[in-house]
Amino acid sequence: MERYQPRTTVNRRTLLRAGGAGALAAGALASLAGCGIQPAGRPDGALGASEDRSAHERTLAFSNWTEYIDIGSDGTSRPTLDDFRRSTGVEVTYTEDINDNVEFFGKVSKQLAAGQDIGRDLICVTDWMAGRMIRLGWARRLDAAHMPNAYANLAPGFRAPDWDPGRVHSYPWTGIPAVIAYNRKATGGRTVDSVSQLLDDPRLKGRVGLLSEMRDTAGLTLLDMGKRPEDVTAEEYDAAVTRLRRARDRGQIRRFTGNDYTGDLNKGDIAACIAWAGDLVQLQADNADIRYAIPDAGYMLSSDNLLVPRTARHQRNAERLIDYYYQPKIAARLAAAINYVSPVAGLRDELAKIDKRLADNSLIIPSEAMLAKAHAFRSLTAAEDKAFEAAFSELTGA
Amino acid sequence: MALVTDQPPAPPAPLPTAARGRKLIPYWLLLPGILWLLVFFAAPLVYQASTSVQTGSLEEGFDVTWHFATYWDALTEYYPQFLRSVAYAATATALCLALGYPLAYLIAFKAGRWRNVLMILVIAPFFTSFLIRTLAWKTILSDGGPVVSALASLHVLDVTNALGVTEGHRVLATPLAVVCGLTYNFLPFMILPLYTSLERIDARLHEAAGDLYARPLTTFRKVTFPLSMPGVVAGTLLTFIPATGDYINAELLGSTDQKMIGNVIQSQFLRVLDYPTAAALSFILMAAILAMVTVYIRKSGTEDLV
Repeated sequence: MERYQPRTTVNRRTLLRAGGAGALAAGALASLAGCGIQPAGRPDGALGASEDRSAHERTLAFSNWTEYIDIGSDGTSRPTLDDFRRSTGVEVTYTEDINDNVEFFGKVSKQLAAGQDIGRDLICVTDWMAGRMIRLGWARRLDAAHMPNAYANLAPGFRAPDWDPGRVHSYPWTGIPAVIAYNRKATGGRTVDSVSQLLDDPRLKGRVGLLSEMRDTAGLTLLDMGKRPEDVTAEEYDAAVTRLRRARDRGQIRRFTGNDYTGDLNKGDIAACIAWAGDLVQLQADNADIRYAIPDAGYMLSSDNLLVPRTARHQRNAERLIDYYYQPKIAARLAAAINYVSPVAGLRDELAKIDKRLADNSLIIPSEAMLAKAHAFRSLTAAEDKAFEAAFSELTGA
Repeated sequence: MALVTDQPPAPPAPLPTAARGRKLIPYWLLLPGILWLLVFFAAPLVYQASTSVQTGSLEEGFDVTWHFATYWDALTEYYPQFLRSVAYAATATALCLALGYPLAYLIAFKAGRWRNVLMILVIAPFFTSFLIRTLAWKTILSDGGPVVSALASLHVLDVTNALGVTEGHRVLATPLAVVCGLTYNFLPFMILPLYTSLERIDARLHEAAGDLYARPLTTFRKVTFPLSMPGVVAGTLLTFIPATGDYINAELLGSTDQKMIGNVIQSQFLRVLDYPTAAALSFILMAAILAMVTVYIRKSGTEDLV
C-alpha cells in the first residue's frame, strides 16, 4: 500500500510542508506588519534627562570632524585640549569620527530616537543638521551661567540663527563661508567671480565643481538670481534647481562633491568651483594658482556647531570645554591651526600675536564689508527639507 | 527525591542515545551559521521588507500601510539608474573575464615557481582600502596626466568620444572611468575562482588531447574551457553581483550621468530620509539580481558544478 500512493493525495508530509509554509508566510507577514519605525522626535523630553556625572567623573567624550583641531609639533598631541585638561582636570576623549552630516545622523539616529546613550557628550554638526536634531528634541539645553566666556564672546553674526533662537542648545565651533574658487592655471589666467560664470561660461565647460551640500550650492545660486536664501520660497528654490539642471544638462558641471573637490581643484581637473573658505587657506598655502572670489551677489555662511546629545552623561564638562574655547587666546590658537572663520569676537589681537598674515586674512576674520555679504539658508520644515533634498538629489543624478 | 534511584531505567540502553546524539551533530555544527544568518541576514531582510511597505516621516514615525505603490514609483523613477548599473556591471564583468582568464591560465599552467609570487600580486591590492584604490584612479586618469595625454595623442579618445563613453579631453567623470574603476576593483574576485578551477585540471588531459590530434586551440575549446566553467560562473557572479550594487566608483569617478542604483539608495536613505523608497529599491535590486543569476546558472548548465 505504501508504495502505491498517487502523487496528488494529501499525505502527512505534504500536509506538514504546506502547513509549515503557511505558518512561515503568516509569520513573515505578521513580523512585517509589526516592524514600523518609531517617531524620531520626543520633544516632550520624556526620555530626555540622563543624570549628569560630571561632578565625579572628570571625563568628556567629544566627537568632531577630521582635521578640525590644532595638532602639536609631534604630530599627535592636541595642545589646546592638553591645556584644557591641565586647567580643568577634565580628560577629553577626542574622536574624529564625523565625516559627513547625513552619515553621522544615520549612525546615531536610531539610538538617540530611542533615548539610548551614544557614548558621546559633545558632537559637532553643521547648522541645518543641528537644527534638525534640536527640532527632534535630541539636544540638551545649555546653561549660559556655566559659560561666561562663551556668552560674552560669541560674535554678533552667530548669535541668533533661526534654528536655535538665542543659542539655547548650541554654540558654533567654526563659521564656514562658501565662496567661489578657481585654479588660475586651469582658467588660463582668467578670474571667475560669479555663479553665473560658473554655470554659463563655455570656457569652463565640464570643469566646474559644485558642492553636494544642498544649502551652499542652491544658496549661492539663489543669491546669484537676486533671491535671498534667508526667506526662500518653494518656487524660488525650484527656479534655482532648474537653473542648475540646465547647466548640468549642457555638460557644464563636472561633479557635485564633498570635501574631495580640493584634490581636483589643486590638479586643475576642476578649473573653478564652489569651495569652503577654510580649505582655501590651506590650498593657497600649497598652490599659488588657487584664487578665490566673493561674489558681488553675496556668499553663504554656515557653521559647525557643538551640541550636547540628550543622552550625554557629562553636560557640565561639555559646557566647561565650550567656555574654554571661547577665550580669545584659545580661539586664536584654534583658528591659526584650522583656518576657518572663528565665531569668537575679539580674536584679532590674539591671532596677530601668532601670525600677522592670518589676522589680516578675511577668510578667517571677515572684514565688515565681507560680513555684510554673508547669507544663511533659512531653516526648513521637515516636509520642505525632504522635498528640497529630493529635488537636489535628482539634480546630482541620484 | 524518592524518584531518584541508583538504577537508571534500563530498556532504551546507551546505544540509541549515542546514536541520537550523533544524529544531532550536523545540527549543532549548523547552529552558529544559522544563528549568524538569522541575526544579520534574515532579521534585517524582514525589517527592510517591512520598511518598504511603510509610509510616514522621520518626525511622525513610519507605519506599515502595505503601500506597495512605493515599488512601482521607485521603479518608474529610477529605472535609468537600474539599467545603467546592470550595463556597467556587465561590461566590467566581461572586461574582468577578458583580463582575468589569460592571467589565471598563465598562473595555473605556465608560472612554475613564480606561481605563488603572482598569486600574491593578484591579492596585493586588497591590502589597501577599496576607497584609497579608487581615489588612486583619480590621479591616474587626471585630465593633464600621462594616461589621458597618451590616449589623446593616439586618438583613442576620439574613438571613445564617438562611442559616447568619454567626453572631450577627459576620461574622469565619464562612463569609461566608472567601468575601469569597477573592473580594477573586482578583478581579483574573477581571477581567484578561475585560478582555482584551472589549477585543478589534470595537465595529462592536455597531453591526451594532443595525442588525439587536437590542436592547442581545439584543446582549449573542447577540454580546458569546459572544465573551467565552474570558475567562470563563480568568477562572473562574484564580480557582477557586487559591481551592480557598487556606489563608490560611480561616486568618485563618475559624474551626474553615471550615478548607479547604489548611489540612489544611499541618497534616498541618508539625504532624503525616504526609508521606504530606499528599502524598495534594495529589494528590486535583489530580486533583479536573483532573477538574472538564476537564468545565467540555468543557461550555463553548471548547477551541479558550482
